Amino acid sequence: MKLITRFFQDLFQGNKLVIGIPYGWFLLLVAIPLLIVMKISLSEMEATSVSKMISWTIGLPTLKLNFANYQFIFSDALYVKTYISSLKYALTTTAICLAVGYPFAYFMARAPKHIQPTLLILIMLPFWTSFLLRIYAWKTLLVSNGVINNILMGLHIIDAPLGMMNNSFSLTIGMVYSYLPFMILPLYANLSKLDLRFLEAAADLGTSPFKAFWLITVPLSKAGIIAGSMLVFIPAVGEYVIPELLGGPSTLMIGRVLWDEFFSNNDWPMAAAVAVVMIALILVPMAILNRAEAKLEEA
Amino acid sequence: MATALKPQSDNKSTTKEVLLRVENVTKIYDGTVKAVDNVSLTVNQGEIFGLLGGSGCGKSTLLRIMAGFEKPTKGRIFLDNQDITDFPPYQRPINMMFQSYALFPHLSVWENVAFGLKRDNLPKDEIATRVEAMLTLAQLNKYAQRKPHQLSGGQQQRVALARSLAKRPKLLLLDEPLGALDKKLRETTQLELVNIIEEVGVTCVLVTHDQEEAMTMASRIAVMAEGYFLQIGEPDVIYESPNSRQVADFIGNVNMFEGKVIEDEPDHIIVKCDECTHYVGHGFTGHNGMAVGVALRPEKITLSKEKPNSQYNWAEGTVTEIIYFGDHTTYHLRTTAGHVIKAQEINNTRDLSCGLTWGDYAFMHWGDLAMIVLTH
Repeated sequence: MKLITRFFQDLFQGNKLVIGIPYGWFLLLVAIPLLIVMKISLSEMEATSVSKMISWTIGLPTLKLNFANYQFIFSDALYVKTYISSLKYALTTTAICLAVGYPFAYFMARAPKHIQPTLLILIMLPFWTSFLLRIYAWKTLLVSNGVINNILMGLHIIDAPLGMMNNSFSLTIGMVYSYLPFMILPLYANLSKLDLRFLEAAADLGTSPFKAFWLITVPLSKAGIIAGSMLVFIPAVGEYVIPELLGGPSTLMIGRVLWDEFFSNNDWPMAAAVAVVMIALILVPMAILNRAEAKLEEA
Repeated sequence: MATALKPQSDNKSTTKEVLLRVENVTKIYDGTVKAVDNVSLTVNQGEIFGLLGGSGCGKSTLLRIMAGFEKPTKGRIFLDNQDITDFPPYQRPINMMFQSYALFPHLSVWENVAFGLKRDNLPKDEIATRVEAMLTLAQLNKYAQRKPHQLSGGQQQRVALARSLAKRPKLLLLDEPLGALDKKLRETTQLELVNIIEEVGVTCVLVTHDQEEAMTMASRIAVMAEGYFLQIGEPDVIYESPNSRQVADFIGNVNMFEGKVIEDEPDHIIVKCDECTHYVGHGFTGHNGMAVGVALRPEKITLSKEKPNSQYNWAEGTVTEIIYFGDHTTYHLRTTAGHVIKAQEINNTRDLSCGLTWGDYAFMHWGDLAMIVLTH
């Protein structure tokens, strides 16, 4: 009893209320919708109506779970292949973004202080144009009679147009292009805070600049690497627009499967199950990275 | 002022084997700012050499030039008769202890100390024994597996020292080594630091703005201002025989009297000032009628209520300020000419020794070898 009154006292003193707002937000807009999606994924096609949902909420003992959709996902080779391919594309995109973005962020952080804001604006400049438009623009660059092929053929470097469109190449280039800023920005934020005296100390102790980069700069920017990788990897797994516009029919991405289940097959329970498995696939690496980050902060 | 005399340092400097030679080094920033201005100096083997000066005097720039972080605009640096001016920092047998310590935050104490040794590709067990020895020397064995942020300021300072000594450098550079510690810890750490350095026998260049730190630790001091050396000498020489008004003023407290030489004899001179006449018990290189400054340290003045029965070396004034330090008290006396003279009395009894209070009229007197005659 005492505990309960204490709780309400605290609640109305305001501090719990303030902390409660984001939690309430999270509950309303993330947790509940997610639970609904999970609920749908565990039902039959006809069980998606609202009345069935309510009866399920009240009738706890008569809970009827249908794992058929999940069984189907894991027994069907195409789904499994699509998940693996999605993870592969997302990982490749993250790796390339890191390889390209790290030196970019590094030199940005080392650039003279007065030109850093300009560089930052240049990174963010593409966001001023519609995302769809920018992805579409890549199409005109990469197609057989597109800009790149025309130039290369005009210069007689190649005889026949290169097949750069509607394959994994065009998909990867589109993803790397779109997500690169999300890698660069957290890395830049991290690297610009690096105390250069650590590098002086390393040099003083006999470390060449190249070695010092690997022994000091990279380990100290781990938090930035993790943050950037998470920001790229998570949306990349479920990406729909880029594979749709640049990937062609041959590239398998889970986002497109989701779209097809929802809008072509109208099979909501199946689509929900696909989505839940996708979230699980993202959550596992995220949890691992999160724990690594927490450990870094602790240290 | 701490102990100015260091008898053991005299024996060392007699070996006089030059380790570091700085020749006419100048550093100009942005084409105009002269941070270091045509400086030359030699540091002997086994010596602790202090660079003392206020902020912006160029002492840190000079240290960074020695470490290799800055290239001198002009001049050369020799270590063991080898020209190292163009060597990058990672090829110099010189290690530095940074003012901020710059301990690698992602590495443990052990790994921090081992960092430099690993770069030399020493065998694993050799690294382990040397790190252990260093940790023992700095009394850090208990903390070997801790991360730097889990240590106190004094412990971090010892890790920084252990790390900079682990490679057995020919020259150790100390940049304000005790600047980040509080006063009480600084005093004990000062002695610890000197003991460790002497145990290892490494030659040191110490940069500090704290004259007490320079006096207690260094065997020789260079006083720096505006990029050049004002005076180089042993701590007691710098304190008791400064060569200019600037050095006398920078080191410790001093009363400056401006006057004219009215009698110039081989064994004494007499200087006439506004508030008193100085009888200086030794000759000087100058001439009769020359304008000179007479520097007199506050602790060399004795206060009394009775007028001294001497023609020279006394002044009178009203007590305007009494500053109590516990072990001593500083009195400010205003003379009739309007100057303020500082006098320091040791509190050798528990009641204030001369019983003076604000507004009292008092007399100051001093011996005929107490003052320094300065010609520039």
